[in-house]
Amino acid sequence: MWVFLLRAILQRLVLLVVISMIAFSIVHLAPGEPSEVDPANPRMKPEDIARIRAAFHLDEPLSVQYVYWLRDLATGELKSFKDSQPVLPKIWRRFLNSLPLFICATLIVWSLSFPTGIQAAIQRGSPFDRTTTFVAYAFISIPGFFLSYLAIQWVVDLFNVPIIGMRTFGMENAQPAFRWMDRLWHLVVPSVMSAIAGIAILSRYVRSQMLEVVRQDYVRTARAKGLPEESVIYRHALRNALLPFVTMFGFLLPGLIGGSVIFEQIFAWPGLGRLGYEAILARDFPVILTINFIAATLTLAGTLVSDILYAVADPRIRLQ
Amino acid sequence: MTDSTHSGAFAGESEPPPETPLQEAWRIFRRDRLALSGLIVLAVLVMLAVAGKVLTEWVVVFDPATVRLPDKFLPPFSPISPALIPAAHQPLGGVYLLGTDELGRDVFARMLQGSFVSLSIGFIAVGISVTIGIILGGLSGFYGNVKLGLISVDTLIMRFTDIMLCFPTFFLILTVVALLPPSIYNIMIVIGLTSWMATARFVRAEFLALREQDFVVAAQALGLPESRIIFRHMVPNAIAPVLVSATIGVAGAILTESGLSFLGFGVQPPYATWGNILASGRGFIFDAPWLFFIPGLAIFIVVLAFNLVGEGLREALNPRLRNR
Repeated sequence: MWVFLLRAILQRLVLLVVISMIAFSIVHLAPGEPSEVDPANPRMKPEDIARIRAAFHLDEPLSVQYVYWLRDLATGELKSFKDSQPVLPKIWRRFLNSLPLFICATLIVWSLSFPTGIQAAIQRGSPFDRTTTFVAYAFISIPGFFLSYLAIQWVVDLFNVPIIGMRTFGMENAQPAFRWMDRLWHLVVPSVMSAIAGIAILSRYVRSQMLEVVRQDYVRTARAKGLPEESVIYRHALRNALLPFVTMFGFLLPGLIGGSVIFEQIFAWPGLGRLGYEAILARDFPVILTINFIAATLTLAGTLVSDILYAVADPRIRLQ
Repeated sequence: MTDSTHSGAFAGESEPPPETPLQEAWRIFRRDRLALSGLIVLAVLVMLAVAGKVLTEWVVVFDPATVRLPDKFLPPFSPISPALIPAAHQPLGGVYLLGTDELGRDVFARMLQGSFVSLSIGFIAVGISVTIGIILGGLSGFYGNVKLGLISVDTLIMRFTDIMLCFPTFFLILTVVALLPPSIYNIMIVIGLTSWMATARFVRAEFLALREQDFVVAAQALGLPESRIIFRHMVPNAIAPVLVSATIGVAGAILTESGLSFLGFGVQPPYATWGNILASGRGFIFDAPWLFFIPGLAIFIVVLAFNLVGEGLREALNPRLRNR
């Protein structure tokens, strides 16, 4: 067990270094530099550009720049090119903003897709199954921002509440109850919208897992010895069907960064994805690279956690 | 299942020959009405896209780039204003089938042009990702035990796949597309280069299983060249899951392109894609809702069709699900 852990962590550290190197070279070798963001500005003289490049170490060889970046990241002194703010606190603030959205969306996804998937699998071929199947495909296929615009229009028309941003401007001095209602309204629509694709995918996955398990011999045995159907489904089948989902806990965190760019952009939510988007626009290399680095770290940590969880949950699997 | 009637209808002879695997797959695929309607939609779409390419670029019947400022923001099916539009700029029949946009361009012509661009983004991106996936997965499945110095080919390729899986895909695509000069080819290539990992894993798993099968061992015993074993005997047997994930991948690529367009990094004007028509139409959702709903619904229907066909293929090509 400990040997496994040690080896897995070492392996992942090596991967992490390689990933950061690849990301670093992609970002730095692509055309366009922070010093060229404003080429039309007549006040930018060549010596100014040279000074900017020197200040950001952009005139040094790539390998030296990489070492600088790694050192600054480790000591926490990494500064954004754009506004010279330290990168890590900046990312942390945005992370805290993204967190409620993410938690809310995840709760919606998990609490809706499991009952739907299980029910669809039990009643395979029934109208319920066929309807949810079609709805799931529709949810996967609709462009997220198209649906979000429709939802914004609908909610604003129907309930007459503002929902763009994290809170309504000017509500700071209102009663706490009103403030909380306001926060809630702003939270609900974006989280439902970012949950929709997840609900569709996860409920399909739950359904196929359930179908797989229901055909196993132990389920037939449980039926054969005359157990009631609920007991067969929920005690024998469901528990085994749930195994793969234990591992999905490990993959939850990376999703915090990946898919949120578009939704945070639509709903003007000052979160991590939007920070990344702004950083890309401004060629803010330290921020782009650090977000990427954090995402990779979370993914690798996620795979490790899911391996361990799998071994804990499934006695047939031994870590070696 | 009414097997006898179906195979009889297929063969059209007094003594039906046994079904080929392809016929069997088609029989199962046909049973799924959603998948079948998806296939019909896609067939229509491909014809539309080819017609769009021909009619908007080679024999210009619908010109997507003509600007007619007197006729801007006309709803679908509006006639032109004959007094204000020169004869050379009139659309076919003098009617804007799908209305006009903020510059008076014919939305129908733009959608036609966009259908070819959107489809080719999907197909080329998936073509790239499937090629890389099959090559890397095949190498690591077939030559996995060959050592390159300290590590085996399998370890090398699979670690690389793991590395690629660690990048947040959409964020990576966004970064690269934003940093590179805007071009439709960059978008195809970047989407292709960032989505081959699942294919590589499928192909590797299939190859590992196939390598132990009798027919491969027999082919090796016969002394067939390795290239023939791989491409004639193993790839056709490993292709089913690849085909399924490719079909669904086209849907994903079209959605990714529309997402990039939304963020302003998609295909740049004057090319029209469904993604950028939708992205620019969102500004007129109240004044000219057709600019928003037509491309949105078009993307939705096509992506849905690809997903349904992919799912139908999964059922039809998966031997374990057969005869149930």
